[in-house]
Amino acid sequence: MATDTGLESLVDQTISVITNDGRNIVGVLRGFDQATNLILDESHERVYSTKAGVEQVVLGLHIIRGDNIGVVGELDEELDSNLDLSSLRAHPLKAVQH
Amino acid sequence: MYLRPGLSRGISTDTWFESCVGEEGRKESLSWIGKQRELFFSYFKELVGKEVTVELKNDLAITGILHSVDQYLNIKLENTRVVDEAKYPHMLSVKNCFIRGSVVRYVQLPPDGVDVDILHDATRREARGA
Repeated sequence: MATDTGLESLVDQTISVITNDGRNIVGVLRGFDQATNLILDESHERVYSTKAGVEQVVLGLHIIRGDNIGVVGELDEELDSNLDLSSLRAHPLKAVQH
Repeated sequence: MYLRPGLSRGISTDTWFESCVGEEGRKESLSWIGKQRELFFSYFKELVGKEVTVELKNDLAITGILHSVDQYLNIKLENTRVVDEAKYPHMLSVKNCFIRGSVVRYVQLPPDGVDVDILHDATRREARGA
């Protein structure tokens, strides 16, 4: 039932992370720990703006500290390939305010 | 364990609490705040399989089927959709997600998901240190 709570099932999968400062980082999850620290491989940031489409900034291998993580989403590759990022416009996400 | 007369569901607050201290086996060392968290942890475990909406501290609201909860109240949702997809297209290709407990502002529950009497009773007992 409420057993598989960790991120084990997402290891080696492409994930989409939303950080507390409102960034969206997409990459392959290589590792994680109790504090939700993440190791992301082949990662890039998706920068949203209302003036232009989504810009992708290559980051490579990154560690994100758990404190700064909001959401970890499993990226559905098929849904993602159907997205037209260049025409997607949106305000950047707000930062988390505790 | 005993069942209180008049409760519609066959679960008492004792079962909730025992189910979680049983796992941890350290009832004495829990602080008051720790106990509160155990209580809500047990409560959320009861809601697994139901549809909830989680509102985050960045105003994003995500609806999905509650898959699991852990001791930090981290939440896993399945079959998710963001409440205002036009405004927040950031998670369009995400269908399952893990939400860190620390960024949760509210969890909106299904109407039948909350038994106010049981919860009232349990929180009061916790506050008394029972």
